[in-house]
This record gives sequence, structure tokens and C-alpha cells, in this order.
Amino acid sequence: MKLLARLFRSTLGQKYLMAGSGGVLVLFVVGHLVGNLQFFLPPAALNRYGHLLQSNVEVLWLVRLTLLAVVLLHIVMAIRLWASNRAARPVAYASSATSYGASLSSRTMLVSGLVVVAFLGYHLLHFTVRVESINGTPVAFHQLREPGTGYYDVFAMVVAGFQVWPVALFYGVGVGLLSFHLTHGVAALFQSLGGRNPVYAPVIRKAAHGLAAFLLLGYLSIPTAVLFGRGNDYLKHVVEHNARRLAQAPPGEEVAR
Amino acid sequence: MKVKLKVWRQRNADTPGRFVVYDTPELNPNMSFLEMLDVVNEQLTLQGEEPIAFDHDCREGICGTCSLVINGKPHGPQRGVATCQTYLRSFRDGDEILVEPFRARPFPLVKDLVVGRQAFDRIMTAGGFISVRTGSAPDAHAIPVPKEAAERAMDAAACIGCGACVAVCKNASAMLFVSAKVSQFGLLPQGQPERYRRVAAMVEQMDREGFGACTVTGSCEAVCPKRISLDFIARMNRDYGVALLRGA
Amino acid sequence: MAKLESHIPAGPLAQKWSRHLFESKLVNPANKRKYEVIVVGAGLAGASASATLGELGYRVKTFVYHDSPRRAHSIAAQGGINAAKNYQNDGDSVHRLFYDTIKGGDFRAREANVYRLAEVSAQIIDQCVAQGVPFAREYGGLLDNRSFGGAQVSRTFYARGQTGQQLLLGAYAALCKELAAGSVESFSHTEMLDLVVVDGHAKGVIVRNLLTGEIVRHAADAVVLATGGYGNVFNLSTYARQSNATAIWRAYKRGACFANPCYTQIHPTCIPVSGDYQSKLTLMSESLRNDGRIWVPKDPADRRKDPHAIPESARDYYLERKYPSFGNLAPRDISSRAAKQVCDEGRGVGESGLGVYLDFADAIQRLGVEKVRERYGNLFDIYHEITNEDAYRVPMRIFPAMHYTMGGLWVDYNLMSNLPGLFVLGEANFSDHGANRLGASALMQGLADGYFVLPGTISTYLATVKPDQRPPTTHPAFAEAEEQVRQQIRRLLACRGRRTVQSFHKELGRLLWDHCGMARNEAGLKQALERIPALREEYAQNVNVPGSDQDLNQSLERAGRVADYFELAELLCRDALERRESCGGHFREEFQYPDGEARRDDEHFAHVAAWEYQGPDRPPLRNVEPLVYAEVKMATRSYK
Repeated sequence: MKLLARLFRSTLGQKYLMAGSGGVLVLFVVGHLVGNLQFFLPPAALNRYGHLLQSNVEVLWLVRLTLLAVVLLHIVMAIRLWASNRAARPVAYASSATSYGASLSSRTMLVSGLVVVAFLGYHLLHFTVRVESINGTPVAFHQLREPGTGYYDVFAMVVAGFQVWPVALFYGVGVGLLSFHLTHGVAALFQSLGGRNPVYAPVIRKAAHGLAAFLLLGYLSIPTAVLFGRGNDYLKHVVEHNARRLAQAPPGEEVAR
Repeated sequence: MKVKLKVWRQRNADTPGRFVVYDTPELNPNMSFLEMLDVVNEQLTLQGEEPIAFDHDCREGICGTCSLVINGKPHGPQRGVATCQTYLRSFRDGDEILVEPFRARPFPLVKDLVVGRQAFDRIMTAGGFISVRTGSAPDAHAIPVPKEAAERAMDAAACIGCGACVAVCKNASAMLFVSAKVSQFGLLPQGQPERYRRVAAMVEQMDREGFGACTVTGSCEAVCPKRISLDFIARMNRDYGVALLRGA
Repeated sequence: MAKLESHIPAGPLAQKWSRHLFESKLVNPANKRKYEVIVVGAGLAGASASATLGELGYRVKTFVYHDSPRRAHSIAAQGGINAAKNYQNDGDSVHRLFYDTIKGGDFRAREANVYRLAEVSAQIIDQCVAQGVPFAREYGGLLDNRSFGGAQVSRTFYARGQTGQQLLLGAYAALCKELAAGSVESFSHTEMLDLVVVDGHAKGVIVRNLLTGEIVRHAADAVVLATGGYGNVFNLSTYARQSNATAIWRAYKRGACFANPCYTQIHPTCIPVSGDYQSKLTLMSESLRNDGRIWVPKDPADRRKDPHAIPESARDYYLERKYPSFGNLAPRDISSRAAKQVCDEGRGVGESGLGVYLDFADAIQRLGVEKVRERYGNLFDIYHEITNEDAYRVPMRIFPAMHYTMGGLWVDYNLMSNLPGLFVLGEANFSDHGANRLGASALMQGLADGYFVLPGTISTYLATVKPDQRPPTTHPAFAEAEEQVRQQIRRLLACRGRRTVQSFHKELGRLLWDHCGMARNEAGLKQALERIPALREEYAQNVNVPGSDQDLNQSLERAGRVADYFELAELLCRDALERRESCGGHFREEFQYPDGEARRDDEHFAHVAAWEYQGPDRPPLRNVEPLVYAEVKMATRSYK
């Protein structure tokens, strides 16, 4: 218990938790992107992947709750550290803050982090909970079914979602800030966990930037492709298919679902 | 050359302070920043005003007594030097120069530009030493120390304890200072027996003093008059982690 | 008249110290904690003494005027620390270090003290290495050495150009260990302003808290002064700005004898003065002379030329010419004087004509820039910061500057002054360097005194005092001393004259440098002795000390110190006048050989002059302790 107390109370312990939770989230973000890049395969691939993730409820919720806990830990630690860091300098300098070797991303972690959290909230409501009122399109997300398999049609949903350009733009801002957050976050993670020395310090820095760039380009590629028309025909096909399906279905089925 | 100084004046911790503007007399660009303050103080004394209180001693960049945040940067515009080694040739004729004290909760303001840095002594007292009784040491050659380790330890040991790292850090974190001391001893064979006990004690004292946490912005490294590397913070983080796991 | 008993133990030189330790009275361990010791100063000597006395079980109070006991000016020593380890197998030994030091001091130091210093030197290195001082090492993991002025062996241990810093931080760490253990209590921002003497014994101090102005009395069984030298009496020196003589001076006025004040050292390799505003001079480590070659143009007409434009044949490498066997490594006093000589001849370089070249062109050619950078990089950096010149490309300009004082309070073999209970360590005492100190020996002496000598000798006094018998701070002697301190502060603040403390200090320093600096003569000294009292009088009437005594007042601190400098300057000149010979750092123009070398007068002056205060209106008394040389033969010091 003493170990836990020291972990949660000492500044270094809190930094470990910050870095550890951040690391888990980085892994998730990378995994999430790799999965989502199946968007560039035929629609069936992404839909099959979606079905795979959704079909095992126990595993799904275990992962979701774990991620939620990690996100909360990351946020709580960030706010606690922020508060104690602010308390450490009660009187501010009069001169406008200058950076001296500090990158912009390193000085704005809290802000970029909070925007990413807001974005995350929207993203979950948008694509996971599928609150229809916020997707800005007449297409009802929760009705989308892949013709043939009857799986939930993730591909069509993504296309429908990103065809709304303000939404795509907001995604752009969200992943932009996320990448920005990670240019510093990934490097700092190694520093906080002590995995940095003069030999590979420059490598870590470059790797962090490389990863951030990969995430940024990867995540941006999807809405961009949609705005350039990818999946438009497929979406129309699915929407029509679903309209036919719903018209044939006995009344009440949709509610049951 | 002449400059306009905007200096923080504050009688003591209990009285509110303010900036006061002083026009300097003609200055020589080869003057050090502190010599310029001397000149201004001479002038103030003759005018019947109290001179500006500022910390200084060796004036050759090694004792770590001088402080000052000059135009927002501790130790002035030059890299790798202390305020006493900052020369007026780094400024232009007619510049307005803003001079403030180091600001951090663990560095309470004493007067004008003078702050208390005893928090560093308390951190050192918590464990910044190797426990060896005088006269009980083995021959100096009893333990060979790899040159690389000795050099790295010296890189860390070069810290002059001025507190600029704290002053510049947006979180007023003292990690560069603490990690330099922790690493100096941690890198040498002589420091191994107390390595984990030391890092735990020093880090926890640092926390009690109320310094902020490191967010790895690297500004401490950039202003450090001895260019102490950020790598030592990583080293301390590693050692503290091991200390936690070992219950040190 | 003070009794000056050196208490040098009997027996052969090499056995004196161990015999003395064996024969000294000890304090029983259970009683040690009943003794309180006050240590003033936390440089190498003070910090190491506080730590070691604390380890031994005494209760120690350490006072520093700095914000932290890690800032004393020992920290600025660059070059290194000597020790007779003979790790280089080049023929070094305790005896050789002893001999070099005695000879370097121009045969004006006590044999027994110097031998002890050489003897414990090896232990210092062991101690510091164990504390984690990161000395330079060779690839094999063993310690590296460099050579230094005044020696023909390589016995100097170093930590880049920051040896003093590393040793001081080592001593500070040892002090922290004892602070943690509770055996030492440290008072920062606290300046000693008087010594309290009760029944002829030093029993306490009066201190002022520099932040609150509070005056406090502290009683103890013994008082240790480790407050450094008095070189700042010259105003411009390589000393830290705050370094001062107040503690030793007030002890002198309480009856402690002041020995050989005229032995002041001028360091040959400092950065020349650039202007009137200058607050201090910066030293370039003497180690530079290992690889740098000192020269000036042969022809005064060349002195303003670009140094690269002066061909080899037109350069005068005067140290190599005059002292072929030591060359650029001739001792400090000799090198300094030689520089003064060439500048007096009008061959000095730089704006002011007060400078000589220290040239690394040959070294760079021989070793490569990288090797030179590795050895001296930080010194070249310092030089660049100050002068804005790149010494890798153009030769450095250097000039001698006031650097160290060999004189100080008189102490016996136990480091106790003639006032029982008052111990004086490091540069503050006069003991080990005679008339001139060799490079890398100050660190050695400070640490020897603090780590090894005082802890071994303090019991000789404490064993004679009953435990827990300190006089209370209510004793009238404390009240009297406190009142004196208060009076002086009141006087200084009440004066409200028209001149600043700094302007007086500058004038005094200039006067001393001109008449009692690198070369002295009777007429000049007499003139100084006339002008100093007049200036002192003006100071008392016309100084302006702003502010109050209730808070941090740096002008007030300085004013008290400068007041002491006036008195000390007079004693310095008086001593220089009375010592009618040239020796070491004391060069009297009347006493020189035709070639300009110093001429000692062993028949009349082979003694320590220990001055005793006789009150404000009577001249001080010059007591004499003869120097007996049993082991070495006094010879004319020659580095040719």
C-alpha cells in the first residue's frame, strides 16, 4: 500500500502514472488507426472487423472500461499535476513568457489534451453511441446494415459521417491536436519513465515526431478520402438497400433492435 | 551606451512590490550586468535612495549566488552563463530591460531581487551525500572508476545550485537540480550503497518543498549556466522508480 | 605582550604529527556532546571542520553570511589540489611536497606545519574520492594528475577547471550529512561581527542576521574561524565580492595576534582590468601555464600590433628566458613580478599596456585543438565570455592580480591562536605557506585543516575545559561586545555623508595596490601610512550608508567590512614597512639582487611577525616568533 501511496502522491509517481496511462492510450490510438485503415479495402473488410469487435460483448466491455479508466487516470493526474504546478508559482512573471528551448507542444499539453477529450466525447457520441441528432446528416446511422451479411455497416456510417464537412473539419482539428499532443507526449513518456539516455534521446524525439505524423496522416486520410468521394456510391446503395429492408420488415422490429 | 532598467522593487515579503524604472548613466559595453547594477546603485545611494538589493558573490559564474530574470530569462540572454557573466554587449543602446526576481513558491522573496533558496539545502540535507566518515576512506585507487562514468558524474556535478532551472520552468520544478545531484552520486561506484535511499529521500523532500513537476519542456536545460542535461532527469526518474519498487 | 608558543611537538620531523596525536589529550566520547563549537565560515576549511567535528560527536554551530553553506569562494578555485600520492611514479613523496612548499614559501613557514600538511595531503584525496568528488581519470579508471607552478612532479589532482567547486561541494555534502544527523546546526545569512572573550578565552560570537538585522549572542566552548583571507582590502582582486576580513579583524581587536599581514599573493594569470567600473578580477587557472607560453614583444613599439604580425624573433618569452628550468611554470610571485617588470618597461600589451600574452598556438599545433579544448575548454570559455576574444585564435592577455593572503591570524601547531579557545583554519590563518603559496596548495591546506588537523587538535584545548561550563550569554562580556556592534552600526547609519562605501573602497584599494602591491618601497609605504588614516577619518565623517538596520541592507554590510579594511590596510603597510627584506609575495624594491630577484635577509627576518592590538590610539605591538629550520637548509630560492 505504501508503494501505491507514494505512486499517487509523489510528483515522480504521478508522472509515471501519467506516462503509463499515456502509453496505453498511444497504443490504443495506433491500433485504432491500423484497424480503421481497412477503410481503404473493400467495404466488407471494415464491416467484418467491426463485427469482430462488437460481437464479443464481454471482451468489448472489458476493453472499453479499461480504456475509460486509463483515460480518467490520465485526466485526473493531468489536472492534479497542473494544480500543483500552478501552486508552485503563485506570482507570475511580468515579462511575456518566452520558451527557451521549450517547444510549443510541451507548453500547451493541458490545452491540447482538453480539446482532444472534447473531441473524444463527440467521437464516441457520433460513431459509438450513434446519437443521430449530432451527426448532421439525414442518414440514420443505427439503421445501416451491410447488404448480404446483415452486419452493422461501419463503412457506410463512416462515409455518411464524413460527408458532412463541418464534422470532417472537426475531426481534422481533433486528430491534429492529438498528434500535436503526442509529438511531446511520446517523447516525454520515455523521459518520465526513465527510458532516455544521451545515446537514444535524439532517436526518441524523432520517433515521437514520426509517430505523430503517421497518426495525423493516417487519421486525416479517411475523412479526406470521403470528401473526395470515396464510398459515395456504396453509401447510396446501402441506404437504398436498408430502406427496402425496413419497408419489408414487420413493424416493431426496429424498436426491438 | 545607455539603457532603461525596469526593476522589481519590494521592501520585504509582506509589502507589495512594483516595478520602478531607472535610466542608467553612460555605460561601457564590456561591463557585466551586475557591474551596471553597481553603477545604478551608486547613483541611487548618492540620490539618497535605497540601492537595489540583488544577490551576487564570486562574479565569475561558479558560486551560484547571482540570480535575476532578465527580460523573461533567468541569467539573461546569453546561453550557458550566469547573470554575473552576462555583459552589456548582449544588449543594444537604448534597450529597456526588465529585471525580476526568481519566482517560485519554494523561493520566498526576501527583498527586491533577492530570494531565499534554502529549499535546495534542505533537499541536499535529505540525502545529497555519500556517508563516509572522515579518515575512514580507502585508498583513492582502491576502486577504479571508468573514465566515462567519471566524466558523466562531473557533467552532473557541475551544477552551481543557482535555481535558474526552477525560475524558468513553467511549473517551477526543481528536477534538473535534484537529478544532477542524484546522478552525480548514482553514476559513481562510491554512491551505489545509498543510491536508492538517496533518490527517494531527495525526491520526497523536493515534493515537500512545493516544487512543481517536470513536464519535459527542456527550458531548464536551455537556461542552465552549466548546461546540465535533461538526461539526468530521466536517470533520476528511473532510479526513483526502482527505489519505489524496492521500498527504499 | 602576547605569548607566542608554537607548541611544535618534539621528535623527528616525520613523526611529530603522529606522536602529537598520540600524546594529545582526548575528550571522552560521552562528554563530546557536552561541548559546543562555533564554526564561522563554510568554505573548504569551515565546512570540512564542521562536518568532521560533528561526526566526532561535538555539537557544532556553523555560521555563514551566504544564503547557503555551499557558496564560499573556495568554490572558485580552478586548477587543482596537490597531494603527495606519487601515483605518477615521478619521484614524488611527502618529503618532496614538504620541501617544495617550504621553498615555494621562501623559507618563511614552520617546518613542522608544512610537513604535516604534506603528510595528510594523501588522505585528503582518499577522503574526497570516497565522498564522490569526480576527479579527472585516465582510461584505466585511475586518477589523472597535472603539474603546477613551483613543482617538477605531477601531483595535482583536478576536476576539469572546477576543482575547488567539487571539493567544496564534497565538504558541503559531508556537512549536509551531519545536518541531517542533527550534530551540526547551520545558520545562513548570519555574519559574525564580534568575538566574545571571557577571562582571556574565546567563548562566543556576536552575529547579525542579515535578513532581519537581529543581533544575536552565541556562546560556545571553542570558536573556530574559517573565514578566508583579506585580499579584498585591495578592492580589485580575484576574491568574491562578499569575501571580507571582518571576523578575523574583530578577533584581532579582541587580542588575537595577526601574523605576517604583508604576505599577500598576486596571481600572475588574471584577465586584465578593462575599466573603472570593474568590480572584480577574474583568474585564469595557473594550469594554463602548463601548455601556454607567456611573451611580450621585444620592442615596445610592437605592443599595439596584432600579435600574429609579430614574428617569433621579435617576441620575448621572458619566463623561459629568465628561468630556463621552470620556464612558464615559475612560481606565482616570480611570474607576477616578471610581468610587472616587462610592463614597466613599456612592453605590456592591450589597451592599457598592463597585460602580457599567454599563447596557445604551440600547444594547439602540438596537441591539436581537441586536446587543448579537453584540458582547458572551460577556461577558454570564461575568457571568451569576459573579453569576447577567442583564445584558440588569438593569444590570451593576462595580468597579475591580488589573489590570496598568506598572512592571517597567528596560530600554534594546534591551529589555536594566542587566545585560548580560538582556532583559525584555512586562509584565515598564517600557518603553512610562508611568504608565498604554491598553486593547488590552498585547497590542500583548507581541507587538511578542516578534515584532519583541527579534529585532531581541538581536544588538546577542550580537554582542559570542563564540559558544559560555557559562560551564559548573559555574561557582561557578551553585553559589552553586543553593544560595540550596535554602536558601530548606529554610527555608520547615522553618518549620512556624501560619498558611497564603494568610492572609499576603490580609493583605498588603489592606494594599497600602488604602494603595497607587487613591489613596495619605504617611501611609498610611509606615504600610504599617512594617507590611510586620513582617508579612514574621512570615511567616518563622510560615508553614506542608506537604509535601515532592520532588514536586508547590503550597503550596511559592506560599510562595516570596509571600515575594517581601513584598519587592516594600515597594519598591512606597517608590516610591509617593518619587514626590511624581500621574500615571496613581499617584494621590497630596496632589497633585490642586481638581476631583480628578491633578496631575503635570513639573519634578521627569519621570523614570523605577529602583530598585537593595543587599542585604537596606540600602535600595535610587533611580536616575533623565530623560525627554526632543522630539516632543510635555507637557500636562495632559485627557479633558474
